[in-house]
Amino acid sequence: MNAVLRHRLLWPAVILAALLLTNLAFTDHFFSIEMKDGHLYGSLIDIVRFGAPLILVALGMTLVIATGGIDLSVGSVVSISGALACLRISGMDDQNSVSGVVAAAGLALVLSLALGAWNGFLVAGVGIQPIIATLILMVAGRGLAQLITDGQIITVNSGPYKLIGGGYWLTLPFGIIIVLAVLALTAVLTRRLALGLLIESVGGNAEASRLAGIRSRGVIITVYTFAALCAGVAGLMISSNVSSADGNNAGLWIELDAILAVVIGGTSLAGGRFSLGGTVLGALIIQTLTTTIYSIGVPPETTLLFKALVVTVVCLLQSPAFREKAFHRRRRPVAAPPAAEEKVRVPA
Amino acid sequence: MSVLVTRRRAVPRKYVPVLVTACLFVAMFAAGGVRYDSFATGQVVLNVFIDNAFLLVVAVGMTFVILTGGIDLSVGAVVALSTMISASLVTDQGWPSAAVIPLVLAIGAALGWAMGCIIHYFEIQPFIVTLAGMFLARGLCYTIGTDSISITDETYTALAQARVDLPGGMFVSPSVVIALVVVLVAAYVLHYTRLGRNVYATGGSEQSALLMGLPVARTKIAVYTISGFCSALGGVLLSLYMLSGYGLHAVGMELDAIAAVVIGGTLLTGGSGYLLGTVLGVLVLGLIQTIISFEGTLSSWWTKIFIGLLLLVFILLQRLISVRRRT
Repeated sequence: MNAVLRHRLLWPAVILAALLLTNLAFTDHFFSIEMKDGHLYGSLIDIVRFGAPLILVALGMTLVIATGGIDLSVGSVVSISGALACLRISGMDDQNSVSGVVAAAGLALVLSLALGAWNGFLVAGVGIQPIIATLILMVAGRGLAQLITDGQIITVNSGPYKLIGGGYWLTLPFGIIIVLAVLALTAVLTRRLALGLLIESVGGNAEASRLAGIRSRGVIITVYTFAALCAGVAGLMISSNVSSADGNNAGLWIELDAILAVVIGGTSLAGGRFSLGGTVLGALIIQTLTTTIYSIGVPPETTLLFKALVVTVVCLLQSPAFREKAFHRRRRPVAAPPAAEEKVRVPA
Repeated sequence: MSVLVTRRRAVPRKYVPVLVTACLFVAMFAAGGVRYDSFATGQVVLNVFIDNAFLLVVAVGMTFVILTGGIDLSVGAVVALSTMISASLVTDQGWPSAAVIPLVLAIGAALGWAMGCIIHYFEIQPFIVTLAGMFLARGLCYTIGTDSISITDETYTALAQARVDLPGGMFVSPSVVIALVVVLVAAYVLHYTRLGRNVYATGGSEQSALLMGLPVARTKIAVYTISGFCSALGGVLLSLYMLSGYGLHAVGMELDAIAAVVIGGTLLTGGSGYLLGTVLGVLVLGLIQTIISFEGTLSSWWTKIFIGLLLLVFILLQRLISVRRRT
């Protein structure tokens, strides 16, 4: 029992469950999933489907935060990637040609990779603080996206492109399949290979890991590139879902939601240990929150208030200092801060 | 050897980032003067002040927070909230402006104080706490109203249209005077009072400051309160500038404020930087917009690209300086 109470995913899981149960109280059949025309439908599917871009961006962000960094530029990468893909597709003679769409998406992803490598170069090569290094691309990237779209909203009418964000494959929405694939890939790369350990050690103590013979530069550049790639895919999904690219508003503030998802999932912004499962839970909490707001009929004007409230509660519950102060007298044994929340200091 | 070299330099190294920003401002102004007619006048500089008085005030508050090594993402939202509260109380409720303005300032300071307390006592990262604060303040804006509320109060309109005449036919708005007073007071506090010393000490190393017996808790809470107050004051100035309250005012202003502070040479790790740098940072940002509007053919997104490039140049420069200092 104690092991369950101390598990670091306990609080995120409790909150997600509470949110889902709230929905069930307000909407009948909230948990039911049904099959229509060979596609799965249901509120739960919708939450994952609409949350897919956020989950993707947050996955990349988790690895960046685990190295002790932060990536503010993902929102801009989202809009650049969508803008470039839509620009290419809108210029094609046959917008429904699969090869053309693949080439356009590939080009957008290559550009995302390059932008991520640039971030990584600034952080690891030049040694700029991550928040500032990525702020550059966050500010300039929005301008770049508008430059690509020429300040207009580019609309496309392409069946294959629509599949990425709005289509179905194997009865599931295609976006969910992409997320599952990326999640599996990330989990294998970080939990079955040494990469995860290297990332945690760089985040725990970059200097100590360098002395231990880890090429921290390579690791850091890799995570920023990966984060940008995830953002690029998310950008394709977002623009494909609405069949248009808006340089100004696509992915606006998604970096904040992604950072929030990572923190709610129990990964410390100071770097070190990270939890992919926690991040997915965190992103699902944020998406469920949005759904809940609609389903319980909170007026849309107070959406942000509600969000602020939940974010504060989640963060307070996760703070060892708060739990100690709040629950200290009544439940001493439980209130002891779990070791997992603290940054693991690697002795130099 | 390095001591000798340092001594021979006319300018201490710690002033170099501020000086570079100042040189850049002069260079941009000169380039604008050569390229466009009627650019190189004092009024153009004053107009930059007039159009950015609110940003200046907000950036001053941000400087305090960044000097302690923190960050405040809520400033833009608090600015919007202040405009919204002012507009709704003055226009819809008919309150006198003499009561509204102190109330708005108190609300901003209280919000900042609350965030500071959460950051310090519950040890949650400033990034996340002020992010929640940003959601809260924007949310409160939309709860008050989703539409823009225009302000027709006499005091507000009189203040908005007033001109403070300067010699040579130039003028500034009362907002600029307020902003400059804020800058002077803040510079005095930072450099000549205990609170200022504590701010630099906390930013330099919180651990050391704590061991030296400095009131770290009070300092950290104080800087967020100051930032909240400055944001609220910035909001009052913006409501004078726009003569309206709107939940979508000042979207992304936190980024402008952070960029101004960074361009002004303040390190985000805290403990190093000057208020004068922040003023110059705001001026440089304002001058970019002026040049782009003089150019006429450039689209607005070039502003963003230029600001990004400028940030890059400055950070590389700071990096170069700090690397050379270490070796």
